[in-house]
Amino acid sequence: MRHLLGTDGLDPAVATQVLDSAETMKQTLLGREVRKLPTLRGRTVITVFYENSTRTRVSFELAGKWMSADVVNVSAGGSSVGKGESLRDTALTLSAAGADCVVLRHPSSGSAHRLASWLDGTGTAVINAGDGMHEHPTQALLDAATLRERLGDIAGRRVAIVGDVLHSRVARSNVHLLAALGAEVVVVAPPTLLPAGIDSWPVTVSHSIDAELPAVDAVMMLRVQAERMHGAFFPSAREYSVGFGLTEARAALLAEHAVVLHPGPMMRGMEIAAPVADAPSSAIAEQVRNGVHVRMAILYHLLAAGAEEGQQ
Amino acid sequence: MAPHTRGAGETAGQRELLTAEDVARTIARMAHQVIEKTALGSAAASPVVLLGIPTRGATLAARLAERIRTFSGVEVPYGTLDITLYRDDLRHHPTRPLEHMEMPGEGVDDRVVILVDDVLFSGRSVRAALDALREHGRPRAVQLAVLVDRGHRELPIRADYVGKNMPTARDEDVAVQFDEVDGRDSVLLNQARAGGADTAAAGGERHEGEGDRT
Repeated sequence: MRHLLGTDGLDPAVATQVLDSAETMKQTLLGREVRKLPTLRGRTVITVFYENSTRTRVSFELAGKWMSADVVNVSAGGSSVGKGESLRDTALTLSAAGADCVVLRHPSSGSAHRLASWLDGTGTAVINAGDGMHEHPTQALLDAATLRERLGDIAGRRVAIVGDVLHSRVARSNVHLLAALGAEVVVVAPPTLLPAGIDSWPVTVSHSIDAELPAVDAVMMLRVQAERMHGAFFPSAREYSVGFGLTEARAALLAEHAVVLHPGPMMRGMEIAAPVADAPSSAIAEQVRNGVHVRMAILYHLLAAGAEEGQQ
Repeated sequence: MAPHTRGAGETAGQRELLTAEDVARTIARMAHQVIEKTALGSAAASPVVLLGIPTRGATLAARLAERIRTFSGVEVPYGTLDITLYRDDLRHHPTRPLEHMEMPGEGVDDRVVILVDDVLFSGRSVRAALDALREHGRPRAVQLAVLVDRGHRELPIRADYVGKNMPTARDEDVAVQFDEVDGRDSVLLNQARAGGADTAAAGGERHEGEGDRT
């Protein structure tokens, strides 16, 4: 693995390796007073965030620091991006400054791929931390880690992804990863919030959440991404919530063992009711916890090995 | 995993240093030495923990614990200590998979920890193990037990319990096989490989334990 740009086309064997490593990382750090491993000493990870983020940025920073890498955070607001520097020049600058890995969050779909092509030959690895409406592979991997932990296995499980699939990179990455790992995925959304070309995804499509909930092993609720909505996709927030929100009454339809996931940030009362988010069936806090371990595993797989794989 | 293909017994360029009976005898002797040196079972003795370095060190730790129980009646807790994240040669190899780690519930604080590995070579695995161990607590003392000491140390490290000392050439390869992992017990000496499957050998950098065989 040279870069991690998406889960579409990611080798399921590699994904499984990352998940295994993440589990070991978690086990290794469990109950330790000092959460520090020497593995990435001397490596530099630079996170570049052109979009707001709490979870992803913090967990990448912790993941790097817990493995003794030097982590530098660049946000669009406080950098030369504000002076009009292009993404390409920013990337080349960071690489020239000595970044072994650039973690990029950007509002444009495909930006991580572009960045990787610009940095080809420099030996700098690129991790996509969310590019527009395209992919968010590290989120998908941490969701998979959480599902594996809760359900034991992913192959043969049925997972519903509910909500704003159109604007969601989390949905896209999860669909490809879960399908590759052998899960059955059903996406549930109003027709206006489904992307064109959904027929070519490895999923079944449904418009009724009530019909799907009783048969699933996990349900992943998506946030309605108001910041990406430039038009009327549904009549009102209240109507959306009535049609597609995971209310307490709906949560009662779920099987006993079923897991509720949400990539965050949550809009309580909109796509998920507060009591459902806090119920024992909810794995939302575990998702965040696993996020650090999964990102440690990803950094380990990208950065720990040397010359043979990279080109330094 | 191991680049060697072998039927029963030896193949060309390969010499069996210890047979299955030798391996069993050697482990039994090591168990007796551990009991004697740590005064196991006596009132004044500090509690002992065996920690194996995966993969075959872990197997050896389990076998030692079993022998010790048979000989002395003392139940010695054992576990595995994965050292991958503490290695100093990560950059010289393709990504290594992480091994599972199992710490005995009692922990290592104030105990005599005996690190267990199959082959002692450069000493770098043991250095990594000492670093890894430090994160789990403060043992009263740390000792080292190996089935085979093949020489060529690169660090000031010495084993407290050695199954067998075997002088080897640097470019030879000692492969320990255990029934649990390899389907048979034996220790094999592989003569220098000319242009073998070993890419890591190019720089002359070799390590004991699992690293010896990558």
